[in-house]
Amino acid sequence: MIEHLPILIPLTLLMGALLTPLAGALRRSFAYPAALVSILAACGLSFLGLHQVLVRGTMRYHLGGWVPPIGIEYVLDPLASFMTVVILTVGALVFVHSRDVVQNELPEKMVPFFSVSLLLLTGFCGIVLTGDLFNLYVFLEISSLAAYALIAVGEKPSPVAAFRYLLVGTIGASFFLLGLGFLYMITGSLNIADVADILPSVVSEPPVVVGLVLIVTGLAIKMALFPMHGWLPDAYTYAPSAGSALIAPIGTKIGAYVLIRILFYLFDPNYSRLQLPLTSIVIWLSIAGILFGSIMAMAQKELKRMLAYSSVAQIGYIGLGIGLANPLGLVGAVLHTLNHAFMKGGLFLVVGNLRTRLGHSTIPLFDQTLRKAMPWTMASYSLMALSMVGIPPTAGFFSKWYLVLAAIEDSNWTAVGMILLSSLLTAVYFFRVLERVYVRNSSSTGESGEGMNPRETMPSDVESMEVNASMLVPTLVIGGGLVVLGLLNTVIVTEVLMRVIPPGL
Amino acid sequence: MAELYTSYIPFFAVAISLLAVPFILLSSRKRNLREFWTIIASLGKFGLVLSLLPDALAHRVAQVELLQISPGIGLALRADPLGVFFALIASGLWVFTSFYSIGYMRGLAEHKQTRYFASFAVCLSATMGIAFSANILTFLTFYEMLTLATYPLVIHKETPEAISAGRKYLLYTLSAGVLLIGATAWTYNVAGSLDFRAGGLLNDVSLPAGTATGLFILFLCGVGVKAAIMPLHSWLPTAMAAPTPVSALLHAVAVVKAGVFGVMRVVGFVFGPNVMIAFGLNDLLGILAGLTIVVASLLALREDNLKRRLAYSTVGHLSYIVLGAALLSPSGFTGGLMHIATHATMKITLFFCAGAIYVNVHKENISELDGIGKAMPWTMGAFTVGAIGLAGVPPVNGFVSKWFLGAGTLESGNVGALLILLVSGLLNAGYFFPIIHKAFFKNSTRFEKYGEASKLMVLPLVATAILSVLFGLWPNLFLRLYDLSTSIAMSVLGGTAR
Repeated sequence: MIEHLPILIPLTLLMGALLTPLAGALRRSFAYPAALVSILAACGLSFLGLHQVLVRGTMRYHLGGWVPPIGIEYVLDPLASFMTVVILTVGALVFVHSRDVVQNELPEKMVPFFSVSLLLLTGFCGIVLTGDLFNLYVFLEISSLAAYALIAVGEKPSPVAAFRYLLVGTIGASFFLLGLGFLYMITGSLNIADVADILPSVVSEPPVVVGLVLIVTGLAIKMALFPMHGWLPDAYTYAPSAGSALIAPIGTKIGAYVLIRILFYLFDPNYSRLQLPLTSIVIWLSIAGILFGSIMAMAQKELKRMLAYSSVAQIGYIGLGIGLANPLGLVGAVLHTLNHAFMKGGLFLVVGNLRTRLGHSTIPLFDQTLRKAMPWTMASYSLMALSMVGIPPTAGFFSKWYLVLAAIEDSNWTAVGMILLSSLLTAVYFFRVLERVYVRNSSSTGESGEGMNPRETMPSDVESMEVNASMLVPTLVIGGGLVVLGLLNTVIVTEVLMRVIPPGL
Repeated sequence: MAELYTSYIPFFAVAISLLAVPFILLSSRKRNLREFWTIIASLGKFGLVLSLLPDALAHRVAQVELLQISPGIGLALRADPLGVFFALIASGLWVFTSFYSIGYMRGLAEHKQTRYFASFAVCLSATMGIAFSANILTFLTFYEMLTLATYPLVIHKETPEAISAGRKYLLYTLSAGVLLIGATAWTYNVAGSLDFRAGGLLNDVSLPAGTATGLFILFLCGVGVKAAIMPLHSWLPTAMAAPTPVSALLHAVAVVKAGVFGVMRVVGFVFGPNVMIAFGLNDLLGILAGLTIVVASLLALREDNLKRRLAYSTVGHLSYIVLGAALLSPSGFTGGLMHIATHATMKITLFFCAGAIYVNVHKENISELDGIGKAMPWTMGAFTVGAIGLAGVPPVNGFVSKWFLGAGTLESGNVGALLILLVSGLLNAGYFFPIIHKAFFKNSTRFEKYGEASKLMVLPLVATAILSVLFGLWPNLFLRLYDLSTSIAMSVLGGTAR
């Protein structure tokens, strides 16, 4: 069975996506357990896959027994197995959390929601695991279509947001496909390993250059790299809470993952770094994105929208690591993929908790009662905020640490300055919320404090509104997990990420 | 030359107050039990640090690496003489502050006392961590932890004033932390190591002048904010919005001393005397410190709010320590280190007095304190001891450190620095003596119906005043702080003749 692992992971999810509506048709209450079982199974398989890869090395699986480059190949290498673990762990936590959220926000659409969510994850895992470029495009479309659907069922403006995402996303996918066409024209192959073998001899052909540029442009749209991020804030804000909790932590990272694959595995790393100025363009766009996203996030009143702009900034970190194109940068980028997936996933779970209990997540309406009403949710939020700011020893610090090291190694002082500055900006927009929850007096915000006694304005009889265990546990696991991830980052870096670095880098 | 051995005692010394936090939180409704945990933790911490002292004096250094936090860099604690020195002072004075805090918080019936005591315990853990950090990354971790744990204490009163003070505090200290991250990463890039080493980890690295200066400025901004080196000082007077015990321990001992301790680490253990002199960095540091001493003393003169005057006095005295480090002479370094201890005991006394006055008669301004000495003789007596000590009058311990600092200026032939020390002594007298004069020699009937503050407050402040005198007469008493200081100075400056 072990040798089937590369295909079993997406297959489990796909089967889950099909079985969930069947189970739901049998009896509506069966749908959620079916979906949960399939994601937990797939998550378990992904951990098994990571373990196998670390022990035995890269696993290759030939679909239907057809030998590549004719047949489609699935490859479970260190990077792919790491990414599946990240995707499915976050996915599983969100699934555990989202039963009540979905019940609350989309009571009629419970069955399709989980089915489409599984389809989304199938797409993500397929992208990560496939060793075939066209197959990758197919999975990209599967995940995108699922994402459009998940976003469109949200709040009132969500169909518009989803439609906008659909237009932009389709353009991105078309760029990608067009680029593939150019590569195929020259190499005559679609298998990643095969193309990588052929490319060095044809790398100076104009179609290869055009193809690469088109692919990178398409991926930049998919990963919402500034200034191609326009679709993201609306999409994340108006999607249902459970949907954004699933798409926000993983969606854009998949684009970044494919970018890493293309720039460093398909092509020789030095090609896009030295011969084309592609990586330096990625660096500058990332830097601009970090600044833009952070500033926009400070101006938002709606917590979800703030998190969405924060994602634009955070994807900049990942882009920066990729653009620096040195081992430390790649380690920082991949580690930040993990860290940010957890942080942003957790933050959207917090939003889900708030919306379930308060019915809104508007920052100016937060007050001190929240601290008493939802102590554990807010404590998790605090930990996640610290990690987002990059306070050691939380996880967020360490990815920034590797990125700063990488930027210094590259003598890119603008990047160093921007990473450091954006920590401060991040602190501003997260502490803004914390201050309201932990310090500001509920009734007298903005008024003169003369003679005001905090003891009197603090309502002492706030009843607890903490969410129930199925929502609280995933939130707490992520909150606490950020510290654990931070302390254990060396293990992850030395055991896994060091093997991710491609030979040419 | 120092012999290393593995021991978990430094870790326990850091962890004990952190361990007390859940207990403090859980017993939030039973205040006697809650305060019991604080007292136990403070005594335990001091005991643990004390047990490290003999080995530190014998050049046996306890160290422990808890885990790797970045490939090749451990979260490591090491009880070297400088670490033990700082840890002794901070943990020792926490014991006094704990008793005093109880009196102060109960005297004012303050709100959210649980948060207060819990944050205090976290702060002390962070301070111990800073003291015992074996490398810059560990130092950075605890440095940020201290920043965050102090924030709830600064905003404790939750008045708009306190909240804006908290924002300012976070802005300054988080910016500093961020610059420190940059400095740390850059150091790792040029040196390939982050381990503190007496004489400088950059000592053997050939640095271009631009890199050395740039790195030093980054480090200086990083630790200089907490050390309140001008122009990075302005958070400190603002942070006086915090309750007085916080000002006393954190803004006279733990937080700001973590800053100057950081300066000592940077000067002696990151750059080292050779690099400092080679690039003229000691002059840069000395000039900044000298300016800070004079300007802060002048600013202190015009403050009427007692705590703010003390805050500016703190700014000035912190730069004595920085100046001592910048002199790079054995006596100067010893004097700077001694001043960490002596300023701590004196300034904590003064803040305790300010708090006792506030709790007792609800007055904060110096102009309103006419005749307070008759109502609160013990408090004002202790205040007098601290004040004349800070002005450098024997037999209070301020004289001792100033003496060594003065000797240090002569050793390095820096007459300007000596002049600054002398002028600052006069200015100290200028801003402290009027307070004493008002307290004892101006007649006012305002305080006739008041007596002393509660014993929980008066006893600690009298005790720290007595400590100040005892350490003035016998600098080596009990803790052998003088021996520690000289041995640190020798280890740092051993290889250079200046």
